[in-house]
This record gives sequence, structure tokens and C-alpha cells, in this order.
Amino acid sequence: MQELLQYLFSGIANGAIYAVIALGFSMLYLATELINFAQGEFVMLGALSFVTFWTGFQLPLGLAFFLAVLVVAAFGVLFERLAIRPVRKPQPITLIIITVGASILLRGIGMLTWGKDSYSVPPFSHNEPLVIGGAALLPQSLWIVGIVLVLMVALQLFHKRTLTGKAMQACAIHRQAAWLLGIPSDLMALLAFVLSAVLGAVAGVIIAPITMCGYDMGTMLGLRGFCAAMLGGLGSTWGAVVGGFLLGILEALGVGYISSGIKDAIAFLLLLLILYARPSGILGTQAVHRF
Amino acid sequence: MLRIRNLSGYYGRIQALRGVSLSVRAGEIVALIGANGAGKSTLMKAVSGLLEAWDGIMEFEKVSLKSRKPPAIVDLGVSLVPEGRWIFAPMSVRDHLRLGAYSRRRRSDTAAIERDADAVMELFPILRERAAQAAGTLSGGEQQMLAIARALMARPKLLLLDEPSMGLAPLLVEKIFATLVQLRDQGLTLLLVEQNARAALRIADRGYVLETGRVVLQGTAAELLDDQEVKRAYLGRDYREFCEGRD
Repeated sequence: MQELLQYLFSGIANGAIYAVIALGFSMLYLATELINFAQGEFVMLGALSFVTFWTGFQLPLGLAFFLAVLVVAAFGVLFERLAIRPVRKPQPITLIIITVGASILLRGIGMLTWGKDSYSVPPFSHNEPLVIGGAALLPQSLWIVGIVLVLMVALQLFHKRTLTGKAMQACAIHRQAAWLLGIPSDLMALLAFVLSAVLGAVAGVIIAPITMCGYDMGTMLGLRGFCAAMLGGLGSTWGAVVGGFLLGILEALGVGYISSGIKDAIAFLLLLLILYARPSGILGTQAVHRF
Repeated sequence: MLRIRNLSGYYGRIQALRGVSLSVRAGEIVALIGANGAGKSTLMKAVSGLLEAWDGIMEFEKVSLKSRKPPAIVDLGVSLVPEGRWIFAPMSVRDHLRLGAYSRRRRSDTAAIERDADAVMELFPILRERAAQAAGTLSGGEQQMLAIARALMARPKLLLLDEPSMGLAPLLVEKIFATLVQLRDQGLTLLLVEQNARAALRIADRGYVLETGRVVLQGTAAELLDDQEVKRAYLGRDYREFCEGRD
């Protein structure tokens, strides 16, 4: 029982991070039908810039957090402007290959800027684990889950309550129809890129204290986020959340009860299973093809 | 108000419009009739900015429409109700009206936009009943009304309508066309593309007949309704009898 609780705690914290990365995938897919395989590199850039701002420049935590997100958002803008917008015939497959290329480039930039070493940062607050039911809960896990919840609520409000959020959805549903209403669809695509970059950056910042941060950390995190997004149903906000937590918890249980060697395998097994059995994801069909 | 001179439009290497000239004056309904593939929809796309490849002169209130994208044309006061309605299926009727006013988000306050939403729901009362419903659950006729209402929310001076009667029952067509007349009487200018030539010419002030990308005939609606060529090609005796039997 105590063991199970322990696995759940670590699974939920990791799951929250996968959920944020998955949200980045989903959000961009919803607005542009594009899968951005550089999403994981946004996470890496977020984590490493945060390391620099916080422990390197000794800035206050909040400011370092904000600046790291800002840096990655700027990368998001550049990415959209330089790599995606100029494509003359924007076929999905071309764009997806461009994102793969961009991920390699970003990893290169990461390596040249921060070197091949790994960095670690202290947790956001004191490091005494809380003991609940005999299982240790790290305060950083609470930070992670709390920040992720706030982010999800904010995103939901943006989509449901603001005109810009609705305009973005309208662009996703029918780009030309939205255009005819005066909605600048190219700006909406840019905004979607920035938002998904921001989501990646936040994931990077909050994961920094519980992992080793290096230029190559993004690939696996990106793939896990992609797996979580597919699991829940690409394009569905709640699907991304469900998929993220599910993946995190299953991973923790797999590591705990079977072997720590299969941690990476679990994501891929799940991805294969979901692609065979239900390619639209757990919440996918209902949410996307409701009508 | 709208002046088109010698307009040619292209889809890739296919020329869909071959030197069309027409004009729309403020406060009138102009009908554009013609068979499938005559270039009517292409013309609508060119005016609204969706078609980029065109030559010639297009001016709205003396402002050239050259290389303006749809949002810029909406800002000038020209809105298109597209063929096939293009509604956002999962979004509610109310959301459609709000998005329709997107181009005014900086110019008008929320209260003015709410008043306009009220006004268009007065025009189409069924939309008020369905305000919270997802647009995809509406019937075809209701969706057409929604598409018109959404375009009106931008407060256009010129409303372009591409086949508003498509796929609708005759009774509904009558209802929608009656509303168009009502809008004209309130001061709106309308350019209407229709395959349902008789219904369109009945409410129009003037009309143009388009054939393989050219204007082959033009005149007042009454003249066109009476024209032997138009009767033979677009009105059709049987259909006419059917229509008159209903009146």
C-alpha cells in the first residue's frame, strides 16, 4: 500500500509534466493541424534557460521562471516566422519534416550554448519531503501539480471565454471562413506557436529541479508528451491531460513493480497499442467528430 | 459602390473569369445568375479577397481591392456569405455572432455588439431559440440564416451572398429572400449569386447573366425576367409553372 502510494506520487508529478507537453502538441494541432516534433526541444530550452537565469545569474525564482518562458516564446516566434511561414506549399508532411529538422537544430543550439554537461537546480522551496501514509511526497511535486492545474484552467478559460481563443478555434475548424470574418489566420497560427512554446517552457522549468538538465533531455520528453497527446486524443485538451497523467502513473507503476529498465519502453508500448487499437485516442472521437 | 472593370480570374492555369465588368450602386440588390461553372462563385471569391490571382480593376467606394486580404476587405465594409455556409459546427450560435463582430473588436464596445446580436436575432428569431446550441445541430435553413447573421455582425455596407438558396426547401428560400429585401430597405446593398434565377430576379433591382466567365446579358430584373433567352436558358417553363402554382 505504502509502495503503491509512493509510485502514485511520483507518477502524478511526472504525469503532470507530460500533460503540459501534450497540451503543447494538442494546442498547436488544434490550431494548425501540425505536429511539432520540436516540442521537446522547447522543454529543453526552457529548463536550461531557467538553470542559467536562476543559478547562473542568481535572479529571483519568479523572474527567472518568467524570463525562461519569454526566451522560449521568442524561439517559438522565430520558428514560426523563419521555418513554417515561408513554406510555399504547406503540406502537412513537409511541415512535420521541417519540425523534425528544427528539433535537431535547436538541440545543436542547446549544445553549443550550454555544452554537453548536465545541470541540476535546487527545488523551488525547501526540500523536506512530506510523509503521507508512509510515502514521501516531494514539495516540488506539489509545485508541479499546482502550476499545471493553474495552467490548465487558464488555457480552458482562454478557449472558452475570450474572443481570441474562440477566433483561434474558428481558424482551426475552417480557416477560410474565419478569414472572411476578418480573423487574421496567420496571426492566430503564430499565437498558437507561441502558446505551445510557452507550455513547453513551463514544463521545462518545473521539471528542472527533479531531473538532470542537458541539451539532449528534450527528445525523450517530447516523445512522451506526444505519446500522452495521442493516448488522450490529439486535439483534445482534456485528452492531453488524461493521457499525460495516465502515462506518468503507468510508467511509475512499471518501474516500481517490474523493472526500472522498462521506463522508456512503456511510453512506446502504449503508443503502439493506442495506434493499433484506437488511433483517435481515449477522448479523441467524441471530442473531434462530435457532429 | 462596387465597380468591377475587365476582371479576369484564374484557378492555377484555368481562367474562370474573362473580362467581367459590372457595378453595384448603393442601396440596390444585384443578382448574378448563370449556370454551374459560369464563374459566379469565382467572382465572389475575388471580391471578398479569397481569390488572389486576378487582373483588372475592382474598387469599393473608390478604394482598390488589389492585393487586399479578406480581413482588410471586411474592414472596408464588404462581407461574404460563402457558398456552403462554412459554419463552425462545434461552436454555439452565440459564439458565431461574436466572431462575426471580430473585425469590430477595437472599434465598438461590447454593448453595441450585443445590441447588434439582438437585432440579427430579431431578424432571424429561430437563432435566438438556438443561441446556446452548437451550430452543427442546426438544420440547413437555420445554418444559412446563421451564416447571414454572422456576416451581418461585421456591419457591412455591401453583403455578398453566394447561393443562399442552395439545398433549401422553397418555403425557406422565400423566407430568406424576404429578409434580404428587408435588409435592402434598411439601407444595405446586396450582391446575390444564384442558380435559382427566378427567385433571385424577383427580389433584385438589376441583374447580370454570366456565361463561361463573361457577362452575356445585363439589365433591370424585370427585363431579364422577360427576356426570351433568359427564360429559355435559366428559368425553364416547367419550373416557372411550378413556381406560379405556389403563389
